[in-house]
Amino acid sequence: MGLNLDVRNKMAKRAAEEITDGMVVNLGIGIPSLVPNHLPETMTVMFHAENGILGMGPSPATGKEDGNLCNAGGFPVTVVPGASYFDSVTAFGMIRRGKIDVSILGSLQVSSTGDLANWIIPGKKVPGMGGAMELASKANKLIVLMNHTDKTGRPKILEKCTLPLTAKKCVDLIITELAVFEIVNEKLMLIQHFHTTTVDEIISKTACDILIAENLKVIDF
Amino acid sequence: MVELQNPFKKITSLDVALEQLHDGMTIMFGGFGGVGSPPTLIEGMIAKNLTDLTLIGNDTGFPQIGIGKIVSQGRVRKIIASHIGSNPIAGRLMNEGRLEVEFSPQGTLVERIRAGGMGLGAILSDVGIDNEIVSAGKKRIELNGRTYLVEPALTAQVSIVYAKKADPYGNLIYDKSARNTNPLVAMAGNFTIAEVEEIVPLGSLSPEEIVTPGVFVDMIILSSGVNWKWAWE
Repeated sequence: MGLNLDVRNKMAKRAAEEITDGMVVNLGIGIPSLVPNHLPETMTVMFHAENGILGMGPSPATGKEDGNLCNAGGFPVTVVPGASYFDSVTAFGMIRRGKIDVSILGSLQVSSTGDLANWIIPGKKVPGMGGAMELASKANKLIVLMNHTDKTGRPKILEKCTLPLTAKKCVDLIITELAVFEIVNEKLMLIQHFHTTTVDEIISKTACDILIAENLKVIDF
Repeated sequence: MVELQNPFKKITSLDVALEQLHDGMTIMFGGFGGVGSPPTLIEGMIAKNLTDLTLIGNDTGFPQIGIGKIVSQGRVRKIIASHIGSNPIAGRLMNEGRLEVEFSPQGTLVERIRAGGMGLGAILSDVGIDNEIVSAGKKRIELNGRTYLVEPALTAQVSIVYAKKADPYGNLIYDKSARNTNPLVAMAGNFTIAEVEEIVPLGSLSPEEIVTPGVFVDMIILSSGVNWKWAWE
């Protein structure tokens, strides 16, 4: 069962709080693409696309699309003043060189030590890693936005990932429809939860030990 | 209209360009999700009924977009790419054992292509070093206290690219995000064919704005334009 738009936007709104003025940000497809809708209009953020754009703007109006101006997912975008176009080598040089302040990705599984598995389900879905390995291992801060459990209700936050890894010890923050976790020194800490859930529910749906922050906060939107 | 001069004999027709392409060849293509892939050359390759190809490029496009059209028709023996997810037919052919896929992380793949085009033997990268598929069979090197994978450079018998403008020498400029892998792919072909939206007279592109110097381009053909519907249309 997917998450309804309202819950997805709540997760995106929480993720938007991690972005500050002047940052360079790369967004994955799915829920991460909703994050810009929750940033203040006055904020200057340069959105990076791994196909060669720095300074992506909102989607164009219907009829104004340009087939030669698309994001990495193949959908039409616009650019903001100060934007630049470049080749794929330069796009990935920016990532490996640490020029991306925040990368926000979806995931299949995350381990309590911050390992990320988001590119392959052996025997089922083998789409290829695309640029996920570079973004996961080289972005200065990696935020995962994902459902707390999979379609059959199994936890996606685990002691150890069972799926092949995209990168080890790379996740800094996990935001689900239930809670927000920080991973510091390979320890998973619950720092916030949405007002719609309880700590007990979170623990029951998470397949590893959780530290609970002393100043645990409740998100009231 | 002034007749276009062709002093370098690089400007030619689709039919003449297709004489360079044969069954069983290794062909590198520009483009990212079909954006920036050369539609007229791809259509010509299908019309010529080319098969048993080895392709190198970012992804397999969509089933009816970009290089995806060639992949979907089972004309490809092997592809080196970073992503096949937007083309379910590629995934099915891979699972049926009819398409060999070598996955390379996107940034590593384009660096391997750039290295090939720049006359280098390999690059060193630590991306994917923890992943059994990426690191399988690759040499590791310790350098300055860090471990890297040796990622071999890539070249191809023929490269096909898409650009906005060319002059008769083959100097190229690109259009927005349709640049993507094209400048790298253009350099890595032993023989490079550029399909362009417009051919302008020699001297009308500023030397400052040229992205791909014409020395890397062997043939130029005029594009008939994108002949597929985009996924968002």
